[in-house]
Amino acid sequence: MKVRLDREVIAMRAGKELLDGWVVNLGFGIPALVCNYVPKGKTIINHSENGIIGYGSILAEDELDRADYDLVDNGGHFLTPLPGMCIVDGAEAFVMVRGGHLDATILGALQVSERGDLANWMTSEREAPTLGGAMDMAVGAKMTIITMEHTTTRGEPKIVKRCTYPLTAKECVDLIITDLAVIDVTENGLVLREKCPGWTVEEIQALTEPRLIVAKDLKEIEL
Amino acid sequence: MINKVFPSADAAVADIPDEASVMIGAYMGPTTTPQNLILALRNRGARELTLVGVNLGLGGMLGAKPGGRYIDPGILLENKQVKKCITSWAGKLGGQAAPLEKAYLSGEVEVEIVPMGTLLERIRAGGAGIGGFYTPVGMGTLIEVGKEKKIINGKEYILELPLRADFALLKAYKADKMGNLVYRGTSRYNCPLVATAARVTIAEVYEIVEPGELDPDVIHTPGVYVNRIVKVTEER
Repeated sequence: MKVRLDREVIAMRAGKELLDGWVVNLGFGIPALVCNYVPKGKTIINHSENGIIGYGSILAEDELDRADYDLVDNGGHFLTPLPGMCIVDGAEAFVMVRGGHLDATILGALQVSERGDLANWMTSEREAPTLGGAMDMAVGAKMTIITMEHTTTRGEPKIVKRCTYPLTAKECVDLIITDLAVIDVTENGLVLREKCPGWTVEEIQALTEPRLIVAKDLKEIEL
Repeated sequence: MINKVFPSADAAVADIPDEASVMIGAYMGPTTTPQNLILALRNRGARELTLVGVNLGLGGMLGAKPGGRYIDPGILLENKQVKKCITSWAGKLGGQAAPLEKAYLSGEVEVEIVPMGTLLERIRAGGAGIGGFYTPVGMGTLIEVGKEKKIINGKEYILELPLRADFALLKAYKADKMGNLVYRGTSRYNCPLVATAARVTIAEVYEIVEPGELDPDVIHTPGVYVNRIVKVTEER
């Protein structure tokens, strides 16, 4: 079994995309880890759907004596306050999202299509739908970054020609970061910019449904 | 002299009938969830309820300290009091068993799924007398099915309609006797919205003070929207 990048490394690589001063919303799963890996010297303003902006990291298990029930993110995790933090109500939290005031959102995905369609809230009609703010995020944020494993647990591609699962939003994804690749979503198709060390382009293409355009300056993923 | 204080949560929910629509201003954690009012509604036993909210039964563990648990709307589902939920999340979160998911999968409860931002804006519109609004969120997805759409300045939008309810249950930090409310931190979330959109708004609070003790600049929910206040029984 060839070695792929782990979740922390994917989160670290995603952190590199964020510019100083950006207002960013982080989804559940790998995206939530990104707040631990913001490069030194960069200030990122975290936005959470439940109306808190500019908060710090999530408290660790041994820090819970500092936990404040009135300072949680939208996953119920206790947060560290930061100077300049502010609280708004829920409608205002989404003014910030839908009104185009977020520089980026980082989300997980079930599937991403070659045109950048995103599916990440339901696999079948029979399961309980879990939507949350993903549709608002995908539509409202200036940049949508997807962090995910390249394939499912059964080894099937998650980057597909057309999504088979119900869509979260159409043509919204700008960048895909997986445990094998960093891929730009462009008008001309998916461009492979960076690859996991030890993997060839052909091996990555074999696990990706649409034809990848290989960037002229293709390099290895580095942190 | 306006005094909206009720003697108990049981008294505050005593007239919630079967088939009522109830907005619940809860999210995650014991200080944002109106535990006393939810328990009182469970004890009242009103049936065939329609619930509206962002957390209608995730199980009472998210936002609690490890091993901790608080009462959440899941107890109404477990007591078979609910016929429909309008919410943005009907499944698990964090891998924990969720009463709403269980009720949905067993067919006991009908669920209308709404994108979270749209849900909050629909509640805001309901309280604000807005007849409907256009949002781009959900275009090209299952969410747009059956809804009117419009192209405005070259962009496609879905028409979404307001949400109102018979009752709203919410938790605030402090109230004065006129019903003016102050929230603390992330426990604010959707409480100010549901407060405006229900015919009868009931708030449970940690502290009740005299009018004049709350600074007008920091009141989050004017007492105009609030009908009944109850003091909570639990410690923070």
